[in-house]
Amino acid sequence: MRQFSQLLDGLVYTRSRNGKLDLIAAYMRTAPDPDRGWALATLTGNLDIKAVKASAIGEMIRARTDPVLYEMSRDYVGDLAETVALLWPKREDQPLEIDDATLTLSAIIDRLHSVSRAAAADTLAQMMDHLDASGRFALLKLATGGLRVGISARLAKTGFAQAFNLDVDDVEECWHALSPPYTALFDWAEGRSGRPDPAGTPFFRPFMLAHPLEADSVDLTHYAAEWKWDGIRIQIVGTGTETRLYSRAGDDISGSFPEIAQAFTAHAVLDGELLVKGELQGAEKHGGSAASFNALQQRLGRKAVTARMMADYPAFVRLYDILLHADEDLRPLPWEQRRPRLETLVPTLNPDRFDISALITAPDFETLADIRAGARDAAIEGVMLKRRDSPYVAGRKAALWYKWKRDPLTADCVMMYAQRGHGKRSSFYSDYTFGCWTEEGELLPVGKAYSGFTDEELKWLDRFVRTNTVNRFGPVREVEKTLVLEVAFDSIHDSKRHKSGLAMRFPRIARIRRDKPAAEADTVEGLRQLIS
Amino acid sequence: MPHWIEPHPTGIYVRPADAWIDPSQPAERALVTHGHADHARGGHGHVWATQETLAIMALRYGTASGTPVAYGEQVRMGGVDISYIPAGHVLGSAQILLEHAGERVVVTGDYKRRPDPTCKPFEPVPCDIFVTEATFGLPVFRHPDTGSEVDRLLTALHAHPDRSVLVGAYALGKAQRLICEIRARGHHDPIYIHGAMERMCALYADFGIDLGELRPATGVPTKEMRGHIIVSPPSALNDRWSRRLPDPITAMASGWMRVRQRARQKNVELPLVISDHADWDELTSTIREVAPTETWITHGREEALLHWCMTHQMRARALELVGREDEDEG
Repeated sequence: MRQFSQLLDGLVYTRSRNGKLDLIAAYMRTAPDPDRGWALATLTGNLDIKAVKASAIGEMIRARTDPVLYEMSRDYVGDLAETVALLWPKREDQPLEIDDATLTLSAIIDRLHSVSRAAAADTLAQMMDHLDASGRFALLKLATGGLRVGISARLAKTGFAQAFNLDVDDVEECWHALSPPYTALFDWAEGRSGRPDPAGTPFFRPFMLAHPLEADSVDLTHYAAEWKWDGIRIQIVGTGTETRLYSRAGDDISGSFPEIAQAFTAHAVLDGELLVKGELQGAEKHGGSAASFNALQQRLGRKAVTARMMADYPAFVRLYDILLHADEDLRPLPWEQRRPRLETLVPTLNPDRFDISALITAPDFETLADIRAGARDAAIEGVMLKRRDSPYVAGRKAALWYKWKRDPLTADCVMMYAQRGHGKRSSFYSDYTFGCWTEEGELLPVGKAYSGFTDEELKWLDRFVRTNTVNRFGPVREVEKTLVLEVAFDSIHDSKRHKSGLAMRFPRIARIRRDKPAAEADTVEGLRQLIS
Repeated sequence: MPHWIEPHPTGIYVRPADAWIDPSQPAERALVTHGHADHARGGHGHVWATQETLAIMALRYGTASGTPVAYGEQVRMGGVDISYIPAGHVLGSAQILLEHAGERVVVTGDYKRRPDPTCKPFEPVPCDIFVTEATFGLPVFRHPDTGSEVDRLLTALHAHPDRSVLVGAYALGKAQRLICEIRARGHHDPIYIHGAMERMCALYADFGIDLGELRPATGVPTKEMRGHIIVSPPSALNDRWSRRLPDPITAMASGWMRVRQRARQKNVELPLVISDHADWDELTSTIREVAPTETWITHGREEALLHWCMTHQMRARALELVGREDEDEG
């Protein structure tokens, strides 16, 4: 268990993605079977044990320690499982607290799976006696079903692939043919057998991505234009009997949008944008109404979704592309041949949940630029330009797809607070909260940004924060309200979360306005006028 | 309670000797347990302490007039017999034993019970009043085996030959102990140290503690430090100083690292639970072993230890001394 609990600790403390991948890869290479398979199930969120309730753990510890000392400890540590893990009485026969290596991860999972509800607390207590603090923490989280490693399933699979020099997309393709502890997967990874056959199961295919448009224009005889919608990119994978939805990172999000998964019964793999229905100005003209990203945000990050949520924020998918139809792989075909296939398929789908992203017809690039400039729909993020003869290829390939975002909005704001960044930026004050003026002449925070500046500008900003600090609150510094930052953002919305009532989308620092007096920065009311 | 010894917010006053123990304000006559800044202040008239502690104070505050007292030696002051007993905390650290009018009082200063290659181990002394620290006075604090913590550091170092491991460790005591423990695990490569600890490491070496090859971490090419351990005070971990190090893995050696949130708040990637203070089990077993008539608790989480004494039918009280903060917090 120690190797697994050390891995979990490492993942908690390591900030960088590559660092996390290294830890996962090293574990997958060296841990014994079937422990590493169970570990992979845990990291990918494919293990759900609920052997005991949190309240049972509270009782367990109260029976073993002084309740007053327990309460004091709990107040200090915060988290219940961590308190109990740290507080658990040491065995009399052991001078030091160690993991005595008598319990493997797989043995623990077997016991948690098979234990009866009545015996669960006793079984758990017996196992606690053989572990160190990290092991006890992992065990308690496993037993209550509350283990949150803080990494995505895709990252775990990428770490696994890295361990055995595999392509993560090959792992992804066979993933759904497998179940914990993934013996067939390890057999394949270590060359003992062929790749498990994913036939008949839905799995994720890597997305095709776009570069930002930097050229002044493109030739529309080679490129087709369509709107870029401001939702989340989604892949729908249907086998005819089963449908799954994947996010851009390859995470299975079918559970968050059950109405979409249920409505899709075709045997096809489609690429589209997940949006929430809404009534917005001008939307009809662009091909149907979609609400702003703000509305979609209400649906994101929720594991369980209520009927109320689905009624208040009904989701639908605006389709961009088709990757497979039945068993036919359309990805090698040029876009101009895939598009008619998509147009033929869409009318057979439930119109309540699926429509097609309309093409923009323009005789030349200048006209397209005018159309783009005139689009005021909040759900439109810009224009996509797709090469007509391009196949559907994974990743971001030069000159095939371009995204041409709407020009950002900007506002002059005053820096109010600064916080240190993470990883390579941990010695820099690189996260800035900025505000605008109210009518009463007070500064109210309107957003936070941690990008947009060059390395040289970051050094300058860091120095500014250090020499203009007026207050410290833990890791946060309050600064003199003298520095004006020109902030760029894609859009701005009403928000109940912030005192200013505003929330910016993608705010970043566009320029440092050393020349501008703070009193001349923008007002909250002025920002409110920009709500689309 | 003996009438001749008085706890005050600024220190413990020994009336017949007219002397203060670890006073937080300048005193004419000061008895100092060890060199950490929250116990040893500058500006006293005359100081009695171990030779090592006096040397540390001289390094930090310039020369002051002081009388060295060896471990086990007894000095008599106004009818009080005073001796210095090893406390096992840092180089030169002592418990102060006071004997007067047939009563014995021990003031521990800070202490631990685990082996430390840089100082003499704690010696329990039977007494009537035991004045104990309680920095880690909560049962969640149980320090793991030091060797296995150091092994975690070395494992991280060897797994990333292109990076470096930067360990935050307090400049007096923790840094030198950590270096000795690293040497004891067979690692003899040069260790790079922050400028703020150079003189203290030299002082330890003068007292015969072998720290192996140390090099200054400033003024050397970044490349040279790749694959090496760098030790700095905790305050320099995330500061500008650390920017020029080769992609460091940030570690910190402190008893507080046992609590996840504490480590996360400090941006630590490799928390090492290595402490120079007694953990909960050491605190309670020491009180049992010394078996005083009364325990006075200072310096930390007094409530929990007070509660433990009460529930074990031991007399205890909490002293509220000011200006006592754990130096690890630095």
